[in-house]
Amino acid sequence: MTEETVSDTASDAVATGPLVSLKGVDKHYGALHVLQDINLEIARGEVVVLIGPSGSGKSTLCRTINRLETIDSGSIAIDGRPLPAEGKELARLRADVGMVFQSFNLFAHKTVLENVVLAQVKVRKVPRAQAEATARELLERVGVGAQADKYPAQLSGGQQQRVAIARALAMKPKVMLFDEPTSALDPEMVNEVLEVMRSLAAEGMTMVVVTHEMGFARSAANRVLFMADGRIVEENTPDAFFTAPRSDRAKDFLSKILTH
Amino acid sequence: MGILFEDGNFSLFYHGFLQTIELSAISALFALLLGGVLAAFRVSPVPVLRAFGTGWVMVFRNTPLTLLFFGVVFALPRLDVHLSSFTFAVMALSAYTGAFVCEVLRSGINTVPLGQAEAARSLGMGFGQTLGTIVLPQAARSVLPPMSSIFIALPRNSAVAGAFNVPELFSTQKAFDEKGYPIFVTFFWIALAYLLVSFTVSAVFRVLEKQLAVAR
Ligand SMILES: Nc1ncnc2c1ncn2[C@@H]1O[C@H](COP(=O)(O)OP(=O)(O)OP(=O)(O)O)[C@@H](O)[C@H]1O
Ligand SMILES: [Mg+2]
Repeated sequence: MTEETVSDTASDAVATGPLVSLKGVDKHYGALHVLQDINLEIARGEVVVLIGPSGSGKSTLCRTINRLETIDSGSIAIDGRPLPAEGKELARLRADVGMVFQSFNLFAHKTVLENVVLAQVKVRKVPRAQAEATARELLERVGVGAQADKYPAQLSGGQQQRVAIARALAMKPKVMLFDEPTSALDPEMVNEVLEVMRSLAAEGMTMVVVTHEMGFARSAANRVLFMADGRIVEENTPDAFFTAPRSDRAKDFLSKILTH
Repeated sequence: MGILFEDGNFSLFYHGFLQTIELSAISALFALLLGGVLAAFRVSPVPVLRAFGTGWVMVFRNTPLTLLFFGVVFALPRLDVHLSSFTFAVMALSAYTGAFVCEVLRSGINTVPLGQAEAARSLGMGFGQTLGTIVLPQAARSVLPPMSSIFIALPRNSAVAGAFNVPELFSTQKAFDEKGYPIFVTFFWIALAYLLVSFTVSAVFRVLEKQLAVAR
């Protein structure tokens, strides 16, 4: 399975240019200018960590990439194709963009296995038996193979989040978005999820990760983006960013999260 | 009390009863379909559809049923729509009940956390798939109890059709009255028949609720 994912990503990588590209993206919530002139390119296989104070627009930015949030102006393209308007086209594109939420959002009325099978069958039209085989492999890989027949509510938070990752991976996405995937977890479960994410990163998955886990950023990220007030204020390699932030906003922010 | 079983009365009563069942069952079916479509409209991303759904619910939920029957029975023929009294009754009852079904479905949909639909959409499921396979099944449990009230009320509401030329159960009361039977006795039997219908409907819903409780 591990090899398969790698080769999948690799065969797509024939195309050139950035995998995700945002140009001059603006968004308002009423009077609030939540995204201000965002320009961002993410290369194939790159792992980008988004960091910044609460309310700075990290989640919003993440969610515009698969158009769970619309934008007011600017353009977003995935793999060279601009995001289409709501409809079949968009649905197809969303299937290529995996998303992992802070609150897991596993389908509460479906078993763990069914959670991972469902979209393969409904969206990708994979035959059921094959979808189940893929699902079991993925569940095994994220370490919850034994829980396949349980319902999400019977699992711990860490297990649920790993299932959510498996569910997204089942679509064989080109890029994975993580919006604070470990923030809702008890501390002892954070690592089991980060471990899965690290292995994904190591296999060459393109990832956008909103997180305050500096250990993860240092070990897995190629680039850290620091956001404040709807802007990308600073971007750098993890080491440079954490040891020598340039902007005052970033220094201030880091001093706050480093004290605890 | 024995009036039901003399002078061919039972046949009259029985036909009224069947009409009520038929009228209620067909209206229930259309109300469910209509209510489902309206609810989908009300949560859809298309503003025109949302407005249509909202408008429908506002008009049909707030109009007295009798007035609605008047509207259908007298206004439609003026627009050159000529249908049987039974069909008119089905239309009025479905339009009315559909508005209630819509609201029950919509409030049920709102009990399902938004994240469920977001997860489905982010996996590439369309609006219909998201609603049908993720949201509605989870809404079903909270929807069944209010839904059962609606469908217990429907056969009783269908009595209005009696005043508009549909020979349903309640209207048999007139025939018995003309034959000079005491009104109390007539009403006793009619009430008993409605009770039977209500009991059956609520029993069906109890079975459904039990089944949903098991499937999880
Ligand atoms: N649907 C919405 N309607 C109005 N305002 C919103 C909406 N969603 C988010 N906001 C506002 O937009 C701003 C950015 O929100 P966002 O969730 O992107 O921040 P964030 O950086 O992810 O913060 P956090 O670290 O708390 O998750 C916040 O001020 C928030 O209150
Ligand atoms: Mg957020």
